[in-house]
Amino acid sequence: MTGPGRRAVRPRGGSGTQRGNMMIERFDPLKGERLQVLDPDGNVRKDLEPALSADDLRRMYERMVLTRLADAKALKLQRQGRFGTHASSRGHEACQVGMATAVAKGDWYFPYFRDLGAYLTLGYPLKDFYHYWMGNEAGMRAPDGLNVFPVAIPVASQIPHAVGAGMAANYRKLPVAVFCAFGDGATSQGDFHEGLNFAGVFKTPNVFVCYNNQFAISLPRSRQTAAATIAQKAVAYGFPGVQVDGNDVLAVYAASAEAAAGARRGGGPTLIEAYTYRMGDHTTSDDAARYRLKDELAEWEKRDPIVRFREYLKTKGVWDDAYEKKVQEESSQAVEKAVGEAESRPPAAIKDLFAYTYAAMTPNLEEEMAEAGAKEASR
Amino acid sequence: MIMTMIQAITNALSLEMERDDGFVLLGEDIGRNGGVFRATDGLFDKFGPERVIDTPLAESAIIGTSLGMAAAGLKPVPEIQFMGFIYPAFNQIISHVARLRNRTRGRFTAPLTIRTPYGAGVRALEHHSESTEALFCQIPGLVVAAPSNPYDAKGLLIAALRSDDPVLFLEPTRLYRAEKREVPGEAYEVPLGRAAVVREGKDLSLIAWGAMIPVCVKAADAAAADGVSVEIVDVRTLSPMDRETILASARKTGRAVVVHEAPKTCGLGAEIAALVGESALLNLNGPVLRVTGQDITPPLPKSEDHYYPSPERVLRAIRRLMEF
Repeated sequence: MTGPGRRAVRPRGGSGTQRGNMMIERFDPLKGERLQVLDPDGNVRKDLEPALSADDLRRMYERMVLTRLADAKALKLQRQGRFGTHASSRGHEACQVGMATAVAKGDWYFPYFRDLGAYLTLGYPLKDFYHYWMGNEAGMRAPDGLNVFPVAIPVASQIPHAVGAGMAANYRKLPVAVFCAFGDGATSQGDFHEGLNFAGVFKTPNVFVCYNNQFAISLPRSRQTAAATIAQKAVAYGFPGVQVDGNDVLAVYAASAEAAAGARRGGGPTLIEAYTYRMGDHTTSDDAARYRLKDELAEWEKRDPIVRFREYLKTKGVWDDAYEKKVQEESSQAVEKAVGEAESRPPAAIKDLFAYTYAAMTPNLEEEMAEAGAKEASR
Repeated sequence: MIMTMIQAITNALSLEMERDDGFVLLGEDIGRNGGVFRATDGLFDKFGPERVIDTPLAESAIIGTSLGMAAAGLKPVPEIQFMGFIYPAFNQIISHVARLRNRTRGRFTAPLTIRTPYGAGVRALEHHSESTEALFCQIPGLVVAAPSNPYDAKGLLIAALRSDDPVLFLEPTRLYRAEKREVPGEAYEVPLGRAAVVREGKDLSLIAWGAMIPVCVKAADAAAADGVSVEIVDVRTLSPMDRETILASARKTGRAVVVHEAPKTCGLGAEIAALVGESALLNLNGPVLRVTGQDITPPLPKSEDHYYPSPERVLRAIRRLMEF
């Protein structure tokens, strides 16, 4: 279709476009079309298959497995009282790893609060991620050189930040893409609208990825919006939106990579709706049995993103039992190591609680810190 | 150079933008229109649309995108058209701008300078006369400043622009064009976090800021006719506050009256009274008094004079306190 905000479908290999979103624009959310590269059995649609090397594919698979194991470990630790509240990423591995695989050096990432797989894929140390969720802000100090923001707890509030980073990239004429993730509940917030509206007006290099996992805590997607899809909201902001199968890591990757390439070329933003399912509770403080149908969960268990990708890798000849064993073992070891490192890190010094309030300590904070320190010493 | 406060503000922005191309202005009607009060007059022509950005009408996104720009290395200077319209951005300010440094243990910071006109006295319509600085002074990590004259406006704004902390810069609407004053042509800083004794006195201290300073000056002149020597402390940076200068004045005169436009309950006057009570009680001859806006919604222009402190109300408080 044509019209304001949605460019005409161009023939493959067409030139003269900054976006070059050939594939994305073949799937019109207003017509209920959804991009899928791997079907639930792992069969690939050849014309959409991204050109990834065997090493690339293995790396994606390994991150998905690591995410699943690191997530399960966090749940276990929480039950043992060794972890704070945890928002499980189970079922989101294709969304998070697929999206983050498209992030290039120099790009930015603005996560939401359920984003373990993205963090791990971007090279964020698991021990730091754990450290934060165990209750220490220091875990959200991204390693130098890694443009990853801390998790955003107030829903959707990170979206304008990502747009601002995109505006800065435009101003400095840097060929970077700025990724931003959020859930379906976020699309009800004003900051979603304001952020995407700014992105359209200023043609920012943003890749917005909505993990539509069907729930915002207890509320189903149908109570967040009467629109048939979330992707179609992009039409009103004047840029392309596409719905992809969020349990298909290749679909999420392909759409993200194409959107990012267009963004880096100055083609403006894209909204990707990754259609998935939250297989776990909202957080460890939630019990989804109160509002979720058992059959529904069972149906989605069959569409497990890791199983689907594994079937594809098998067919490609880059997966076998020995490899699986190795991946499982190495991932488990990495998780255990990270837990050990996070737990053995000394607690924050009193100074750390005060020192980052302002660029320099104020006399008032010096006084309060001395008092808190004295209490600490007398305990 | 002789300047009004609004000219001093424009001048400060222009000088800093010339010096550092990281400074980018954004807000509603600030570009071609030069801002509804003309604070950015001429800057669009001088620096272009990439640096003087007219945004869609959305305060939360103005502040939220500014934070993203700051994290990416720019020095955004968002304008909120009136303080009464800042509330949609409150979440961004309290949840992100003020705490980004702490949340990332210094990896990312948001050194924005958020400019906004505030306060009453220009016969504006509803929501255009707010003085809700106390809401923002409770936010750790945020600096709140309010100048009372053209010289301080320029110097404080330059200090805010150069600061590594986010600053909410409150510009008293009714002082924008109230007086002209000699202001140096070059850039200079009036340091953040420092109050100023703008008039020395022996008997009583008036503690105020922004548009209440001229009100206090009138009251002090009237008190002088009674033979009362009044000292005036211009707080200038409301958070973090210069406690030492306030306490030194209260200790010296033994009497303190706080004057502010905002409602009395939980206003900064309460904070200052508590501060003086905690640290200078034995130097006082009487209670710390407050002359403030009433605890009601700011009335429309025909009634606003009943709401805000007038020199007469301040003088009454001075006389009352001098009886102790």
